[in-house]
Amino acid sequence: MPEHSTALAHQFDDIDQQHESASLGMWIFLATEIMFFGGMFLGYSLYRSVYHPAWAEASRHLDVVLGGINTGVLLCSSLTMALAVHAAQLGGRRTVVALLIATILLGSVFLGIKSVEYYQKYEEHFIPGPHFHFEGPNGTHAQIFFSFYFVMTGMHALHMIIGIGIMLVMIALTLKRRFSPEYYFPVEMTGLYWHFVDIVWVFLFPLLYLVDRS
Amino acid sequence: MSSEVVSLYREHYLNCSYGVRSWLLTKDHKRIALLFLLSITLFFFLGGAFAVLIRLELLTPQGDLVESETYNKLFTMHGIIMVFFFLIPSIPAVLGNFLLPIMIGARDLAFPRLNLLSWYIYTIGGLFTLAAIFSGGVDTGWTFYTPYSSTYANTHVIATAVGIFITGFSSILTGLNFIVTTHKMRAPGLTWFRLPLFVWSNYATALIMVLGTPVIAITLLLVGIERGFGIGIFDPRLGGDPLLFQHLFWFYSHPAVYIMILPGMGVVSELVTCFSRKRIFGYQFVAFASLGIAVLGFLVWGHHMFVSGQSPYAGMIFSFLSFLVAIPSAVKVFNWTATMYKGSISYDAPMLYAMGFIGLFTVGGLTGLFLATLAIDVHVTDTYFIVAHFHYIMVGGMVMAYLGGIHFWWPKISGKLYPEGWARFAALVVFVGFNLTFFPQFVLGYLGMPRRYHAYPPEFQVLNVMSTAGASILAVGYLLPMVYFVWSIRYGKAAGDNPWDATGLEWQTPSPPPTENFEETPVVTWEAYDYGSKETREKEPQVA
Amino acid sequence: MMGFPLFPEVASTIAKSVDRLYFFLIGITVFFSVLIFVSILYFAVKYRRKPGRTAEQVSEGLGLEIAWTVVPFLITIVIFTWGSSLYIANSRVPDQAMDIYVVGRQWMWKIQHPSGRREINELHVPVGQAVKLTLASQDVIHSFFIPAFRVKQDVVPGRYVTMWFQPTRAGEYHLFCAEYCGTSHSAMIGRVVAMEPEDFQKWLGGVTEETPALAGERLFSDFNCVNCHATGARQRCPQLGGLYGTDVQLEGGAHVKFDEAYVRESIINPNAKIVKGYPPVMPTYRGQISEEQILDLIAYIRSLTPEKGQ
Repeated sequence: MPEHSTALAHQFDDIDQQHESASLGMWIFLATEIMFFGGMFLGYSLYRSVYHPAWAEASRHLDVVLGGINTGVLLCSSLTMALAVHAAQLGGRRTVVALLIATILLGSVFLGIKSVEYYQKYEEHFIPGPHFHFEGPNGTHAQIFFSFYFVMTGMHALHMIIGIGIMLVMIALTLKRRFSPEYYFPVEMTGLYWHFVDIVWVFLFPLLYLVDRS
Repeated sequence: MSSEVVSLYREHYLNCSYGVRSWLLTKDHKRIALLFLLSITLFFFLGGAFAVLIRLELLTPQGDLVESETYNKLFTMHGIIMVFFFLIPSIPAVLGNFLLPIMIGARDLAFPRLNLLSWYIYTIGGLFTLAAIFSGGVDTGWTFYTPYSSTYANTHVIATAVGIFITGFSSILTGLNFIVTTHKMRAPGLTWFRLPLFVWSNYATALIMVLGTPVIAITLLLVGIERGFGIGIFDPRLGGDPLLFQHLFWFYSHPAVYIMILPGMGVVSELVTCFSRKRIFGYQFVAFASLGIAVLGFLVWGHHMFVSGQSPYAGMIFSFLSFLVAIPSAVKVFNWTATMYKGSISYDAPMLYAMGFIGLFTVGGLTGLFLATLAIDVHVTDTYFIVAHFHYIMVGGMVMAYLGGIHFWWPKISGKLYPEGWARFAALVVFVGFNLTFFPQFVLGYLGMPRRYHAYPPEFQVLNVMSTAGASILAVGYLLPMVYFVWSIRYGKAAGDNPWDATGLEWQTPSPPPTENFEETPVVTWEAYDYGSKETREKEPQVA
Repeated sequence: MMGFPLFPEVASTIAKSVDRLYFFLIGITVFFSVLIFVSILYFAVKYRRKPGRTAEQVSEGLGLEIAWTVVPFLITIVIFTWGSSLYIANSRVPDQAMDIYVVGRQWMWKIQHPSGRREINELHVPVGQAVKLTLASQDVIHSFFIPAFRVKQDVVPGRYVTMWFQPTRAGEYHLFCAEYCGTSHSAMIGRVVAMEPEDFQKWLGGVTEETPALAGERLFSDFNCVNCHATGARQRCPQLGGLYGTDVQLEGGAHVKFDEAYVRESIINPNAKIVKGYPPVMPTYRGQISEEQILDLIAYIRSLTPEKGQ
């Protein structure tokens, strides 16, 4: 009983209203994220159509193996996240914490591999700016490609870091027994957010790494 | 005797707790609304101060009051402050925050802590921008066109862009809160078509806030990165496209102007009905017109780019859609006017502002038709015609609606009445000052005076002097309410629950309202603007 | 009239038709503004609050709603059709238009007549003759605005834009930069001087300067274009004589017109559109060559193709 009554926020009439509101709120937030990433996708696509040779050549310098591993890692993390939400729905504290930790670990692996990729790019002088150097006639336009690459994957990584932060908070709240089968919405919303971050990568990876490879 | 003592002291949202912490950590939407009121009023007067300097400089054809660089910073900062820090938040963050939950019979918004976060984000973004302004300013124009802003300008572009970027999240959170609240927290019986139109307008505004603001966020981010790292997304010397910036920028900034006018329209619907003692004419048409404006508003951004090098065929599509978006606004104007027909009309200050809005918005909106017309826009774009057009809508429209709303709901917010005589006088001063300031600018525009000009050919001087004279009158009109509202807090008469005898749930709760808004959640069985019903008629205000 | 103008001069072929549409729009604006203002004032007075009288709840009228949706819509259709057809008509450059080249840069306009005369912040043109301007920007976006002619065109860096007008009256008219471009934006102004044709010819021949084509020939050698594009290296690069104005076929099957924009692009971004059968070996001159120099080179390359009356 005590958990349920503290879970209901004072502005809501009942827990269902609170749940529906949280859900609608998160979906709206994800819509804003689509618009945010959408601007970048638009710019990327426009330049790809105008500077196709440079795009193809630059894309080939991205590590498909690492990117592919990362895709698998992230998809697995979505699985563990979904399982965590399911466990929260059933009220299992330890399972939830374990699965959230697994998700965080997988997310960290992703970020680690990403850092390796970034470092590789740094060594190859592909980071846009004064030290950028790309052999061949497509150099100038390749810089634009890499600008988009870093902004898009960088923004994505930032969202992942924020997601990991949120998951740490969820772990703390779970351990403090804040959740129950009646009130587990923050975990569910975290799940929604994490799945969205995953979906963005599912679009980013083919677009950046695969499409122009041949 | 003890019952007398008890009835003299009533707890409400202002006196339930004291101290700075109780305000800075509040979750009460009403207190957050007042926090926003304070912030945006400060920004309004800062932006206004820049406007005063601009109009003083333009008294003479030569650039003699300030240096060119200073002038360029003045109009840039005037625009940035007025658009991002005043107009966009104004009615939603102040009146919307205060009234939306009460109007729908709720205790608060769906996410009170997000609401407070929204104010903090706004304040942090504002401080960032103020820091940029006072450490040297920015001179790109509020439109930040590339490659000037991304490569050539040597002012604080990045700091300003960061400030606006941060503040954008305030907008997004407010919009998100409003949408969820309107969908999920209406009182029993309060169906969509029983809602006050103020709620519909803020809802439509929230849709735009949520979908449009992220695009300006990413656009400014890209400009900042380009400027910081020299990458070339918008710089043609590196293969970038300056027009890509314009498309991205206007994709948000055109819907943004609807963010800046829709809430004002919502206020006008409330004022016209109350002071005509009538139901709104064509409720459903006005409601759907708000949605129509929000949707169509996303499709017309290219009309800012007719002479930019955009294809003429794209131009024609944008022109056609721009004409279409005018129709729902026209429908609203006709419905408001028809609402007055056979009403019982009083001339209280809010009504004066509402009538002023309808007239001036009509003029401003019709001049928009000139701009949607391709052949005419070629001549008048980037001239004072544009400046006049948007000031008619933003100042003649939105600011007047904002002032009308503040006056109307002031008794509810503060529990006090403002001095009506002074308020009517101020409204008239604003109306006269406004028209004298901006009407000459239509003439200047067609004559060919470009905007953002520090100095101009001497034959344009007379019209510029008229405009500056008007601005001085307008300034007086804006200062008066500052004085008498503050005065009324201490010396104003107690307002009572419903000094206007208006319909609407907000008038069925005490002034100022208790923290939880209602003793008991109301159950709504009546239509909006039920001025014709027997109960409402029995309480008809008599002629003073 | 009053010592200061209230209306711009009418000095080009399109000005009158633009003004006619403008007056129509003013008529619409005045009509509806007066309608609304008068209605509001009339209702406010006629239906002012009086003791003993209550409001009559007239709040629906489908007929009215339809009327005031459809009628404005029809009016906007009229305005749209009129405005777009005028716009499309005005955008068509007449044949036999005389070419003048303009480079805008912070904060001046540099004008180049094909005959050789150069001007800064002044543009001399003949009355009664269509003039086509090809404009480029050296740095940021500018906008070439001649109010008396009712023409304006943004000049965007990285590409060429064109505009045209035909002056109808001799006189001096304002020239303004109409896109904010930095510190001295309001000083980037000048005058357009329309002269009777004989006076214009006299003015044109007044000062002998190197023609753009001659300057271009010099640059063609200075920048070493001769090493590939003139005799000797036929396998490596197309020879440019006779190509201007024709359609060339590109690697990949597409076609492109060999015009100013194509030449400029080939100098700045050589690999974008390579002629079929040639290797991608041309180096880029991005950052090494100014817009004016490109225009001179174009004039020279154009001179390598005999005029067919364009």
